[in-house]
Amino acid sequence: MIDVVDLHKSFGDHEVLKGITTTIHEGEKVVVIGPSGSGKSTFLRCLNCMEDPTSGSIIFEGEDIANIHVDINRHREKIGMVFQQFNLFNNKTVLDNVMLAPYCLGKKKLGKMKKDPSYTGPKTKKELNAHCEEEARRLLRRVGLEEKASAYPSTLSGGQKQRVAIARALAMNPKVMLFDEPTSALDPEMVGEVLDVMKELAASGMTMVVVTHEMGFAREVGTRVLFIDEGVIAEENTPQEFFANPQTERLKTFLSKVL
Amino acid sequence: MLTDFSLKWDKFIVNFIDKGGYKQVVDGLENTILVAVVGLVIGMLIGVVIAVISVMPKYPILPYAIQNRFDRFLDRFPKKPLLRVVSFYYFFYAIMWILQRIPFILQKICSLYVALFRGTPVMVQLLMGYFVLLPSMGLKVTAVQASMLIFGLNSGAYVSEIMRGGINSVDAGQLEAARAVGFSYSASMIKIVVPQAIKNILPTLGNEFIALIKETSIIGYAGALDLVYAFKQIGTSTYEYTVPYIVLSVIYIALVVVITIGLKIMERWLAKSDRRR
Ligand SMILES: Nc1ncnc2c1ncn2[C@@H]1O[C@H](COP(=O)(O)OP(=O)(O)OP(=O)(O)O)[C@@H](O)[C@H]1O
Ligand SMILES: [Mg+2]
Repeated sequence: MIDVVDLHKSFGDHEVLKGITTTIHEGEKVVVIGPSGSGKSTFLRCLNCMEDPTSGSIIFEGEDIANIHVDINRHREKIGMVFQQFNLFNNKTVLDNVMLAPYCLGKKKLGKMKKDPSYTGPKTKKELNAHCEEEARRLLRRVGLEEKASAYPSTLSGGQKQRVAIARALAMNPKVMLFDEPTSALDPEMVGEVLDVMKELAASGMTMVVVTHEMGFAREVGTRVLFIDEGVIAEENTPQEFFANPQTERLKTFLSKVL
Repeated sequence: MLTDFSLKWDKFIVNFIDKGGYKQVVDGLENTILVAVVGLVIGMLIGVVIAVISVMPKYPILPYAIQNRFDRFLDRFPKKPLLRVVSFYYFFYAIMWILQRIPFILQKICSLYVALFRGTPVMVQLLMGYFVLLPSMGLKVTAVQASMLIFGLNSGAYVSEIMRGGINSVDAGQLEAARAVGFSYSASMIKIVVPQAIKNILPTLGNEFIALIKETSIIGYAGALDLVYAFKQIGTSTYEYTVPYIVLSVIYIALVVVITIGLKIMERWLAKSDRRR
């Protein structure tokens, strides 16, 4: 699904990623762990080119999206992203947060409808709006927040914000979902509700890449764990092997600190 | 002293009401408000555009579709240097080079514009624009129209700085989140960042409007009939300036008070739509 080939990323003189090669297969739940500042977020953000890689390629659906000549916006629609700080659109209601992107995309397609005989979606803006709203409400129900549809983000708790953020990402029907420490900014009592949503998402077969410090989640949900240290994948394995039989000294030290 | 003032007052009333001086005052009030409002609207439009340009990414880049077309087009040219020269390869390459740097070029133009309009008094801009530049371009406009234009251009320079502060005050995560769901840079700015920025700077824009109302008092120098001009004429026709200028000041104070109250109401209303709903 995503092929990462010899990915390098530098900020000025500071080389953060020093050659990462891995493949994320369909349906996999890849958990990324590692010490602070090791480049986990940078790796994740390179996957949808929020950071432009310095060199190397990211092959998504047969196209190298690291190439700046590729329409990155079209690909980002298919790669959902959830941030540590939620980043809900503050000027939009919860419902609008979820339906804004699909609605705008739908409107674009509507405009091209006459040229494209294979178009089967809604025929008018009104139909499109109704369609997107229904879909958004379904997603809000899925994350347990349907009654908050008309609230503004500033009135929600952290856990609720993050669940809305997940719904917003899902609204584009992404092929893969990226999570950057989705529970790190939450009060402890809210971590559970967000992890539950992510577990449900995992069970539904979604391909996921999750940077997290929640080792329990890594064990329970992950199908593969990557240990990123000093800009390279220092070790990777199935969760069982990864935690039971760490191979490298560095991972052993790291696990002894966090477990 | 008191009888002296009441004499002056009577003189003013005669001129203001009986001789129809109020008509000029009403026209002047209308022009004052018109120039300030239209000036602010033009200023906001210019300000938003300049602010967005000045926060654009600076590295050379073209929209992928245009870049791709250029690449395919340039690929068809011969590879030998001499043939490239005669086939205008370098000409098209230069066009691409310039297009890629349009944001950078626009930024330079904008900062020149801002420096120009902030570096000269608005009075000079008005006289220069109305008596020199507009006529030399062959444009026939009234003094009021010229004033609207000049005050719009002038406040555009100030609003752009306010607006840039507003855009920078919006958390970078907002733009990131919009890009992450597939919005282009410009769509993200228009739909998510700029509305929040405008909301953040509304109080400051209100102050700009109040300043503008008062600054327009110079448009009489271009021959436009504004409040000041109207009262000055009343004074001239009676050789008595005390009362006209006092009434003039009171009208300005009343205008500013009304605007201030309007702003307070708007702020409270915005704060409400932010919190509970
Ligand atoms: N935009 C940037 N400009 C300059 N340096 C950056 C930028 N983003 C990240 N870095 C640097 O890159 C390094 C890796 O950052 P990154 O955020 O990927 O680490 P991380 O593994 O996610 O850490 P954490 O667990 O703290 O989130 C850090 O040293 C950081 O200072
Ligand atoms: Mg991080």
